[in-house]
Amino acid sequence: MSLKGRKQDFLITRGEGESSEMEDYEIELDEGMVVLDCVHKIQYEQEPDLAVRWNCKAGKCGSCSAEINGKPRLMCMTRMSDVVAETPEGQPIEIRPMKAFPHIKDLVTDVSWNYEMAQKIKPINGPKEMNWEFNQMEADRVQQFRECIECFLCVNTCHVLRDHAQFDDFAGPRNLVRLAQYEMHPLDLEDRVPEIKKEFGVEYCNITRCCTEVCPAGIQITDDAIIQLKERVVDRYYDPLQRIWRTLTRKKVRY
Amino acid sequence: MSEDYKKYEYDVIVIGAGGAGLRAAIEAARSGAKTAIITKSLLGKAHTVMAEGGCAAALQNADPRDGWKVHFHDTMKGSKWLANWQMAEYHAKEAPDRVRELEQWGAVFDRTPKNLINQRNFGGHTFPRLAHVGDATGLELIRTLQERGIHEGIDIFMEYTVRHLLKEGDRVTGCVAYTRVDGDFHAFSAKSVVLATGGITRCWSVCSGSWEYTGDGHALALWAGAELRDMEFIQFHPTGMVWPPSVRGILVTEGVRGEGGRLTNSEGERFMFDYVPEMFAGDHAETIEESDQWVEEVVSGKIATVRRPPELLTRDVVSKAINSEVKAGRGSPHGGAFLDISHRGEEAILKKLPSMHHQFKELAGVDISKEPMEVGPTAHYVMGGVLVDAETQETTVKGLYACGEAASGLHGANRLGGNSLSDLIVFGKRAGEFSAARAKNLAQPTIDDSQVQEAIRIMLEPFNHEGGENPGLIYDEMRDMMQAKVGIIRTESELSEALDDLKEFEKRRKICYPGSSRKYNSGWHQALDLKNMVDISYVATLAAITREESRGGHTRDDFPVPEDEYWGKTLNIIWMEDGEIKIRQEPVEEMREDLAKVIKEVKEIIAERAAEAGGED
Repeated sequence: MSLKGRKQDFLITRGEGESSEMEDYEIELDEGMVVLDCVHKIQYEQEPDLAVRWNCKAGKCGSCSAEINGKPRLMCMTRMSDVVAETPEGQPIEIRPMKAFPHIKDLVTDVSWNYEMAQKIKPINGPKEMNWEFNQMEADRVQQFRECIECFLCVNTCHVLRDHAQFDDFAGPRNLVRLAQYEMHPLDLEDRVPEIKKEFGVEYCNITRCCTEVCPAGIQITDDAIIQLKERVVDRYYDPLQRIWRTLTRKKVRY
Repeated sequence: MSEDYKKYEYDVIVIGAGGAGLRAAIEAARSGAKTAIITKSLLGKAHTVMAEGGCAAALQNADPRDGWKVHFHDTMKGSKWLANWQMAEYHAKEAPDRVRELEQWGAVFDRTPKNLINQRNFGGHTFPRLAHVGDATGLELIRTLQERGIHEGIDIFMEYTVRHLLKEGDRVTGCVAYTRVDGDFHAFSAKSVVLATGGITRCWSVCSGSWEYTGDGHALALWAGAELRDMEFIQFHPTGMVWPPSVRGILVTEGVRGEGGRLTNSEGERFMFDYVPEMFAGDHAETIEESDQWVEEVVSGKIATVRRPPELLTRDVVSKAINSEVKAGRGSPHGGAFLDISHRGEEAILKKLPSMHHQFKELAGVDISKEPMEVGPTAHYVMGGVLVDAETQETTVKGLYACGEAASGLHGANRLGGNSLSDLIVFGKRAGEFSAARAKNLAQPTIDDSQVQEAIRIMLEPFNHEGGENPGLIYDEMRDMMQAKVGIIRTESELSEALDDLKEFEKRRKICYPGSSRKYNSGWHQALDLKNMVDISYVATLAAITREESRGGHTRDDFPVPEDEYWGKTLNIIWMEDGEIKIRQEPVEEMREDLAKVIKEVKEIIAERAAEAGGED
């Protein structure tokens, strides 16, 4: 379906925090547009001060996260042909900022919490010698997690944060992925299991897989990262044999 | 009226948080300097994430015949002999350790069968040399440096945009910035300032750059009295997306060709066989069979015994070839060429080129494991930049350093793919090290209120023009103009028109109106960016009109061949004096004797090493 020349209505969040409202805009569409193109067109032709955060417009930087027709997505990777198809005829397309984070203005939110949480995670701690050796299969397990573009759509969607605002007690899916990336690194020697249980609150996750569903990088956040971390916590704290073994050997358990 | 602003004091301020900025800040902080990064985006979003193919370093993991000498030779040759040979030497020698260091900081590169960092082939590199992670190597690099950097005690100012460098006499003493979120002002006192702001390719409408690529560092340096070089050399990457229009310019990694991708025209011809320049004659396969054999050997992990496909010629050559095919009426339906990798099969494509597969599927509705892509040239990189000292990365202004794409010298007239990521970490480290060393011996500079107030006055200027044009429109028109008149193929008449047009854009820019709010006002940010973009476009155009020959990333229709006698040994240097942009020519420094010998010896060395490696196996 060609969209060229089609007049399309949008409802876009304008303003700051509590006082923000949905405003109407109409633009003419062109072939192959994505949602971010439409926001830019509105900005260039109608509202120069429309606030939108974006960088690469190629799905690689994760800056332009928003809720399009209520679904958390990257504006740069969401094709208008898909959005038009899913919107009932005659209805405007709604674009709102991510709901879980403090609102700054229009489509921009304050995502600094994610960075503060990242700061608390112990970095990699591997051998001092150069030329690390590990094979591609070992690399594969970790590389999936490193495809994260930090769009924070997973955090925005996670009900522990979105609905229950457990920002003080739960690291959120993105940072749990970061923890998994370190914990499963073939040469990492650090022990992060105690804080995965306590500060980072992995047990808050009850595996509804909402985060995995919205991940634009296709990372199996729940199954491959969070459940693996939960298992490490269970082994450490709730498996009696492991506890005895650990007390006897005083060794970090390697997986 | 005097505006309020906050004050800060640091030893080293790094402007920019891409690969070069992060690496510089890490080094400065590790040297004991009180360090801050000021970035106009969030951390980890910089343009480095867009780098796809890999990071060039002669690790010798994939082919033992490689080494720093061959890398040095390839870089110099790719630069059409205009690169600063001292930088090319440091780069070739230091890149392997910088890459291994990334691994210790958490980077997980693809592996060889011997469990080491794997390396892939790229245009202009004699041997497989690019450490990579699928086709998302830039993301790996920036994330690694980000995750290391946040544990080094560096203060990070996110979404702060630097608009002015403070000076005291002939040295730089800090900078002034506004915040994107609130639009308030901040003045930083610094003993050293490092520009790591990336490139300028947003000045062209078909580009692979993110919005940040507005030449901030180039302009800050120019305004502060520093010199720029090589500004006529713009790399048009041969393979950007061409369809649909909204994604035109987005990069298609050279890795596609490194993995065996074939370029064809509308008649199905592998046209690159017809475009091998004299300089590379004999270096590349002459038949489709030879090309196919090379791909087969390389993808199965063997050492290549035949010559590589002509698709892997340097980027300037491939770009011009596609351009010529389109002009001759043999282009693809949307004005590009076909790039086909489907013969490698879905499994290999999903492993080696996952983000290309995703990108085409999501944005163009094309499945690259089954059908060819349509690709065409896109403004990708500026070889030119701030003139720096090879060893220290200090600019011609004391206390001001530059590294990464903002700096210049390593790439001359054309950059080899993969040499930018290695550039970031090699010279980022050097900039950090030497800027911190300088800071050790200096007292904290005082912040000159009058300079800060003047900088703030200029920043607030756009709000005075109620009823003026939307800056977004000027921005779009200016980029279209640069694309049309200062593109891949240039002529004197168009370039001189462009200089006149830029003067008009300058007038329009001065009276545009972004709306009244200072809070996260995209239009205001754009109005300010336009000032750099107009100045830097002018610089690039002036350099282009001056160089009357064709070389690397600068092609003149009216002077279609390289002129080695004069321009082959001459650089354009640009600076600003009393608000006016000036240009002069300087001879290229003659290569140190031992390095000149290295160049001559490289071909023999390659042969000898091949024999040795054969003996070991």
